[in-house]
Amino acid sequence: MGLQFIKPDTNIDFIGFRKIAFIISILVILAGVGSLILKGGPKYGIDFAGGMIVQVKTDNPVEVKELKEALKEVELPGMVVQSFGQEGDNEYLIRTSSSDITSAEVRDQVSSALSANLKNAKYEIQRLEMVGPKVGADLRSKALEAMFYAVLFIAIYISGRFEQRWMAAAIMAGGLIGGQWVLGFTGLDIGWTIIGMLFITVGLCWYLRLNYALGAVVALIHDVMITVGIFSILGKEFDLTIIAALLTIIGYSLNDTIIVFDRIRENIKGQDKANFGSLINKSINQTLSRTILTSGTTLLVVLSLFVLGGGVIHDFALALLIGIGVGTYSSIFVASPILLGFGPATIEEEGDKATA
Amino acid sequence: MQSLRWRIIIALTVLVLGLAYMLPSLPGVQGSSLAKFLPGDSINLGLDLKGGIHLTLGVDLDTALENNLDRIGDDLKAVAKEDDIYLLRPTVMPGDKIQAILLKKEQQEAFEEIVKKNFESLKIDGTEAMDDGRVRYVFGITTEYRKYFTKMTMEQAIKTIRNRIDQFGVAEPDIRRQEGNRIQIQLPGIQDPERAIKLIGRTAHLEFKLVDETANPQGALPPGSAIYQMQRRLANGTYAESPIVLKKDTVLTGEFITNAYVSYDRNVPYVGINFDNKGSRIFERLTGDNVGKRMAIVLDGKVYSAPTIQDKISGGRASITGHFTDEEARDLAVVLRAGSLPAPINILEQRTVGPSLGQESIDKGIQSAYIGMIAVLVFMVIYYGIAGAIADLVLVLNIMLIMAGLAAFGATLTLPGIAGIILTIGMAVDANVIIFERIREELRRGLTARAAIDEGYGKATLTIFDANVTTVIAAVILYNFGTGPIRGFAVTLTLGIITSMFTAIFVSRILFDAYVKNRADSTKLSI
Repeated sequence: MGLQFIKPDTNIDFIGFRKIAFIISILVILAGVGSLILKGGPKYGIDFAGGMIVQVKTDNPVEVKELKEALKEVELPGMVVQSFGQEGDNEYLIRTSSSDITSAEVRDQVSSALSANLKNAKYEIQRLEMVGPKVGADLRSKALEAMFYAVLFIAIYISGRFEQRWMAAAIMAGGLIGGQWVLGFTGLDIGWTIIGMLFITVGLCWYLRLNYALGAVVALIHDVMITVGIFSILGKEFDLTIIAALLTIIGYSLNDTIIVFDRIRENIKGQDKANFGSLINKSINQTLSRTILTSGTTLLVVLSLFVLGGGVIHDFALALLIGIGVGTYSSIFVASPILLGFGPATIEEEGDKATA
Repeated sequence: MQSLRWRIIIALTVLVLGLAYMLPSLPGVQGSSLAKFLPGDSINLGLDLKGGIHLTLGVDLDTALENNLDRIGDDLKAVAKEDDIYLLRPTVMPGDKIQAILLKKEQQEAFEEIVKKNFESLKIDGTEAMDDGRVRYVFGITTEYRKYFTKMTMEQAIKTIRNRIDQFGVAEPDIRRQEGNRIQIQLPGIQDPERAIKLIGRTAHLEFKLVDETANPQGALPPGSAIYQMQRRLANGTYAESPIVLKKDTVLTGEFITNAYVSYDRNVPYVGINFDNKGSRIFERLTGDNVGKRMAIVLDGKVYSAPTIQDKISGGRASITGHFTDEEARDLAVVLRAGSLPAPINILEQRTVGPSLGQESIDKGIQSAYIGMIAVLVFMVIYYGIAGAIADLVLVLNIMLIMAGLAAFGATLTLPGIAGIILTIGMAVDANVIIFERIREELRRGLTARAAIDEGYGKATLTIFDANVTTVIAAVILYNFGTGPIRGFAVTLTLGIITSMFTAIFVSRILFDAYVKNRADSTKLSI
């Protein structure tokens, strides 16, 4: 056999670490939520907030300060100049919060200011993006909807697939659709509606004792919250590509959780059901090798994207890096302990399965 | 084992098909003699990779409806007049309503009969008898008409925009209606984005109106006249505007134009237009009746010129002069030829990517994909030996199939799409890792190589299936709710998961079976 990182007889007591892990998770989530509250919500990029971006590339390095100086006479509301991509790319972003002016005007003003005032470098306008406020709001609610439906369908799939309780899954779907209908009357912002829906999802999973789904859903809400929190702490912007990254994280986190759950389900058959905790531990240890290898190879690829992929996908890769790390952690330290917390019911229900 | 031959045949068929669909996308193959034997589809690059414009336009349906109600009001008055029923000039009121005042109360029944017969789009919202014997009518529009009007306006807007873009000569424009009043346009590889945007967004509503010579722009205006701005281009390239008084009634519009072209008069460009038969007759009568008077040519509410009519003009030709530059004259001819937009258009979203940025992005994206992939390939061989090499082989096959799938389905490869491929590499490795770890476990339990492989694949397949289905669910939702680049990501992710199921479970199994064929009793495997 080839190399082995994890010895076959490894038996780490992961479940024993669950209290420490919960404390760590809660602290990180609180830090993220605190940062979001302090900063007055997520920092939206132009995709969601509306506004304009002009990306400029120069042939020689230019200080951001120098560029700002050159653009002084261009009076755009909320203008921000920042460097972009890696060092040596000489790429800069000029943003403005307004979309009242036409893109042609902005292009003209920026070009003429740069031609007149930027002495040492030639420049080229590489990209210009304008998103109106209405489209921005639409994109935002669509993105949130996408996240919500992803969680919903996945919860239903897991309940049906893992516990053969399609009826319960159907009841949950019905409850959710009803909940959405009721929340629709409150006229709340889509963001709050979705938070409400997530509470309903978790509550329904708990009430219907859909334990696998509960573990998986809590784990992925955990992962998304941590990634969003870290992004907020780092002062990164949320745009459409970050939403794509968050959805990938949801997919990946579940992937990881399901492989552990799959092993738990397999080990339950014909086992002494008294000690569910050690059964979970055994399952995590059995899949540990795979977990580390897969996360390792995926992180290797994402790291290469992060370092070499260029400015446009830099933040996307960062979100994936955080999310895949957290997703691996959560399948071991969040999803499985939650399954344990509601465990005995699961084992008893194994017997009722035929009637369910 | 019997079925090994059949499985090899299936795998080879897919391999050959995949190769055939992937090859045309490689730069070296395009245009070579090999290309003749291959399918013509190659991978579509997204705008973020090849540069171009992405626009979301909002059609101002409210204004369009208001203008239309105004016309309906005029019609109402004209049709009623034919039956000697007289109305005060109908006016458009807020809330998409028309107000009309009937002069004689006793004509109410006859008037309502006319409305019912000729104006299916209108419904009477209220009548009110006035003290002086007149009757005030308020008309609303029916919901069917509103639907029909929205559909027609959007269709006409899209048709007009398509015509204009075709004239502009863009290789593969993509124009589609989106929900509500929105139109999405993608124009790859455009060099002069601002000019294209101007051309697309211009309403191009052409009108001919008579100049009111009796009125003074500074003084009080007679009823039926209004002040317009006349545009003049100065020698330094800027424009100056001066007020001019025109009669409100439009005597002729651009709807009768059959052709528009650029001509030169002493090296100064002007736009010549041809009218259809009906337009020619109207124009002939108009010029004949108004010799010596000035006629203004109004485009989108701005007066371009107001020449004096020298003589009756027959033959259906007219010209618009206005001190244009060559480019302005050409663009004007394009919009006149393509027809006017039925409503003003707002740009709601615009993304312009220069071609150089696209090239740089793709270079970097591909480079980082290569490096990440090579690192994974090397790692797998070190960690799993021959089994790792098998995993590598199917991984390369997997990437080839993704490329082939993208080309065959005509999907678009975007930058997040490249990221999706890279992520798929990670996930495809996962499938192999799950299988290999299982086989290792079974070997440890003392099974023979062949039995361990059977067990390992058997147990791992369901796990892989479960794990991948959830990712596919996420990807499908991403596709449904996402736009542009995100859709690209969802497509490559879905494609990648499907192909990785095929390669990591089906093809790698063939290779393993072939590998242990002659060592059925051994318990040793390079894994």
